[in-house]
Amino acid sequence: MASPVEISVAATGKKLTVPTGLFINNEFVPSVDSQEKIHCVNPATEETLCSVVADPTEPRTATFVGSRALNSVRMRAEWAGSELARRAAILARRSGSAKDIDVAVAAARKAFATTWGKNVTGLERSRLLNKLADLMERDAQQLAELESLNNGKPVKIARDFDIGDSVACLRYYAGFADKIVGQTIEVDNKTKVAFTRHDPIGVCGQIIPWNYPIQMWAWKVAPALACGCTIVMKPSEFTPLTALKLSELIVEAGFPPGVVNTIPSLGSVGGAALSSHMDVDKVAFTGSTVTGRKIMEAAAKSNIKKVSLELGGKSPQLIFESADLEEASKWAALGILYNTGQDCTAGSRVYVQESVYDAFLEKLVEKANALTIGHGFDEKSGGGPVVSKVQYDKIWSYIESGKQEGAKCILGGEKRSGKGYFVDPTIFTDVKPDMKIVKDEIFGPVLSVGRFKTEEEGIKLANDTSYGLGAGLHSNDASQCMRVSQALEAGTVWVNQYNLLYNNVPFGGKKQSGIGRELGSYALEEYTSVKAIHWNYGEKLDWPL
Amino acid sequence: MPQTFEYTFDTPVYKGKTSFSTGLYINGQWVDGSKGTTIDVINPTNGQLVTKISEGTKEDVDLAVVAAQKTFDTVWGLNTPGTRRAELLNNLGNLMQAHFDELAALEALDNGKTFGWAQDVDVTDSIATIKYYAGWADKIQGKTIETTAGKLVYTRHEPIGVVGQIIPWNFPLMMMAWKIGPALATGNCIILKPSEFTPLTAIRMSHLIQEAGFPPGVVNIIPGYGTTVGAAISEHPHIDKVAFTGSTLVGRKIMEAAARTNLKNVTLELGGKSPNIIFDDADIDQAVRFTSHGIFWNHGQACCAGSRIYVHAKVYDEFLTKFTDKAKSLKVGDPFGLDTYQGPQVSQIQFDRIMSYIDSGRQQGATLHLGGERHGSEGYFIKPTIFTDTKPDMRIVQEEIFGPVGVVIRFEDDDDVINQANDTMYGLAAAVFSKNIDRALQVAHKLKAGTAWVNCINQLHPQVPFGGFKQSGIGRELGEYALENYTAVKAVHVNFSLSVK
Repeated sequence: MASPVEISVAATGKKLTVPTGLFINNEFVPSVDSQEKIHCVNPATEETLCSVVADPTEPRTATFVGSRALNSVRMRAEWAGSELARRAAILARRSGSAKDIDVAVAAARKAFATTWGKNVTGLERSRLLNKLADLMERDAQQLAELESLNNGKPVKIARDFDIGDSVACLRYYAGFADKIVGQTIEVDNKTKVAFTRHDPIGVCGQIIPWNYPIQMWAWKVAPALACGCTIVMKPSEFTPLTALKLSELIVEAGFPPGVVNTIPSLGSVGGAALSSHMDVDKVAFTGSTVTGRKIMEAAAKSNIKKVSLELGGKSPQLIFESADLEEASKWAALGILYNTGQDCTAGSRVYVQESVYDAFLEKLVEKANALTIGHGFDEKSGGGPVVSKVQYDKIWSYIESGKQEGAKCILGGEKRSGKGYFVDPTIFTDVKPDMKIVKDEIFGPVLSVGRFKTEEEGIKLANDTSYGLGAGLHSNDASQCMRVSQALEAGTVWVNQYNLLYNNVPFGGKKQSGIGRELGSYALEEYTSVKAIHWNYGEKLDWPL
Repeated sequence: MPQTFEYTFDTPVYKGKTSFSTGLYINGQWVDGSKGTTIDVINPTNGQLVTKISEGTKEDVDLAVVAAQKTFDTVWGLNTPGTRRAELLNNLGNLMQAHFDELAALEALDNGKTFGWAQDVDVTDSIATIKYYAGWADKIQGKTIETTAGKLVYTRHEPIGVVGQIIPWNFPLMMMAWKIGPALATGNCIILKPSEFTPLTAIRMSHLIQEAGFPPGVVNIIPGYGTTVGAAISEHPHIDKVAFTGSTLVGRKIMEAAARTNLKNVTLELGGKSPNIIFDDADIDQAVRFTSHGIFWNHGQACCAGSRIYVHAKVYDEFLTKFTDKAKSLKVGDPFGLDTYQGPQVSQIQFDRIMSYIDSGRQQGATLHLGGERHGSEGYFIKPTIFTDTKPDMRIVQEEIFGPVGVVIRFEDDDDVINQANDTMYGLAAAVFSKNIDRALQVAHKLKAGTAWVNCINQLHPQVPFGGFKQSGIGRELGEYALENYTAVKAVHVNFSLSVK
């Protein structure tokens, strides 16, 4: 057994315990062979949040005490020059290796063949998923704090949105577990019948991103378990802590060993191993288009495993002259600033009809300014820092490129002094279609605002992208809403709203934003394989033909 | 003030206490009936009074409908999201689980079925049904439908409104779960009438419904007689739908009342005279066990009871011998006894009715092969009964007896047995036993019944629809199908580019 680590949170005066190691067969175990380390960093302070040992010979706990800085989650490095510092150097999280993936896949395969899959009733799967939801709800505050520490997002948002929606997602799919139905199909009523069974696919690799670590976990785990699949989950190397914490709840809920396995690992190691594994039947990925392409290639080269991909976006929002500009400006601000822009559906291109351009822009700037980006434990914060140094640098390089390519930065664009990966709301105007900030997914709070004259032009600008994840339109003309919502090339179109998702409404991308759909009854298709059974009870075969 | 029912169970299989108000449950309150009268609840094991409960009337139905409509318009129906309805139904399921033995004991006391069967089937399946429909509550979907490029057409599956539900005495709790599960999942308000013979679990459930957090007026429970409360529900101008499980005779009256008044939607789950066909290539030992379960389970008081047992001539003697032995081995007695299989029939009326059918079988010339008489000296017990040498037009072959009375009929030809099996006005269920799956499926597909069991009988699952062909009913309960009983489909046409010239 690998041991848990304890984190004291100054802002709450409480301690969080995080399990360490890899989660396989309902136990936390050390890596088979890896010496790779993953450091979990608090993006609000740039300090190592915690390091965890996966080796049983190391000390069993390490306690890090947070500073008492008001409204912050500053995890002061108390280890400097101390015994703890010496340990911390050793106690970095060891990343799961390809061999660990093999072990986890074998565990998942065994569970699928013996205690899960077709060996358990839908009613039982439903019961366990409901139980898991209850446990997640019970631990919501604790999970939210951990999510905030690791990801940077405000605790209240993690608790009320990420976790609130995740609990509902688990319950929604709990309800589907005993409603997996096939069809019976008329063939020849005198002699034959055909029917379909929607069997669980088998062992599923699930690779989730760092922007919504808990919620993406729930979106992946819930339908897979409802259908009877087993899982090898790879959380992001930036935000593995809550997935490990949730693994504890998997045990407590009573899932049999091997049904859910969690391997924190780098994408190039664990992610690659899962994608190319010969005994993984399906891989589901949420993340960048670049990585999604690699996963699909690996699936093609190995065992033609089924693939579902939920990838990037450069989602447009069209603001028409009849729109309620006050409301539209709020939705537009939410679209680009929610989760500090680290959202695959971020409405990062806003196109405004010329007649209302100035009026809208004024309101938009006012709304963007009203949002406080700050520390996650600060009640005033509506957004936190971006997740990592890598991401921070990437966003700033885009901001610089925007300036260099001649766009006008009318809000933000100035770095803060001090620690933390904070990026303030940034708005560019006077953009051109071929600028990098208009074409590329930035994944930060950086908005490009363009203008259009006619509906036709607006639609053309909106669709001028390789992506097709989300799109929004704001108009009080019902006919226009209908026309434009049909014309926009995206898996989700929001009319007079933006970025709101519901567990019973499917979500996914057109074009290069992905393959397949998550959420709703549609997600069940991603985790079942249809078997057609042809049954002859009356036809005699004439032979030879 | 309604009486509080207090009872201590001190039996070999269950010891425990129960205590609850026996009032009508209207708008979240337990109240006396408008006439202040009561109904005697009788223990079928000994004919003794168990308790008195408040008797509902037409006036009480009126009050409940007003409350239900107000609730529907303000806090239920389209005002409550599916996730909340799911949460409440799951709460109810969990509370039933917490009161599992108490509910089973009440059912055994009131209905006469054994405590063990009440546990294993009635309460277990009721909880599973409630939780199954909890899962549907946030999955109510319409469709979008392609018409022309200039239009958007979509359907909404809206709750019907205030629905009446009239349930029988043979599976009091389970029939309640079958009725309220889909109705609540889809957002309806309910006026439920349990049978006057077996109201206790429904009344107990009213307390659990309250505790689960359903707003007042969502579920109203009015015990009473069919001719008063049942008729009031069926005729009520502001009840939009009535669902009934019971006899074909009463079902017809309900449908007539609905037709006469406000054309309310009707679903009916009625009687049956279900055939059970044993072919010469069946696994005879298994067929015997299932057949026994088919006709004697719940003392034959099951609408899908396999009461016409057709046995192929080649195995007739072997089957009859084994079936007779099996029937003889079934222990009849106290529902709370350690190894009792069969308890008393539910009521004196039912006892008399069954005994009159047994007399008619004798008089019409059938051979009384086994049983045919009362068991013991008190209560409504009837020994497992088998008739042979029947003719197709005998009453015991044609009519639903609803008791532990099976007729065993010899056949030789497959087509002939299909004709005989279908020679009934009913079409609820049918069973086929054969190891030749070609033969079994061919026959199963030709039987005119809403449920066909192959090499089993009397199996139900919350996910699988159940209902009748012919005069066994209208509509389907359970499964996704039941949602249709409680939703009204609205097609919305939105024009966004067509102009009228």
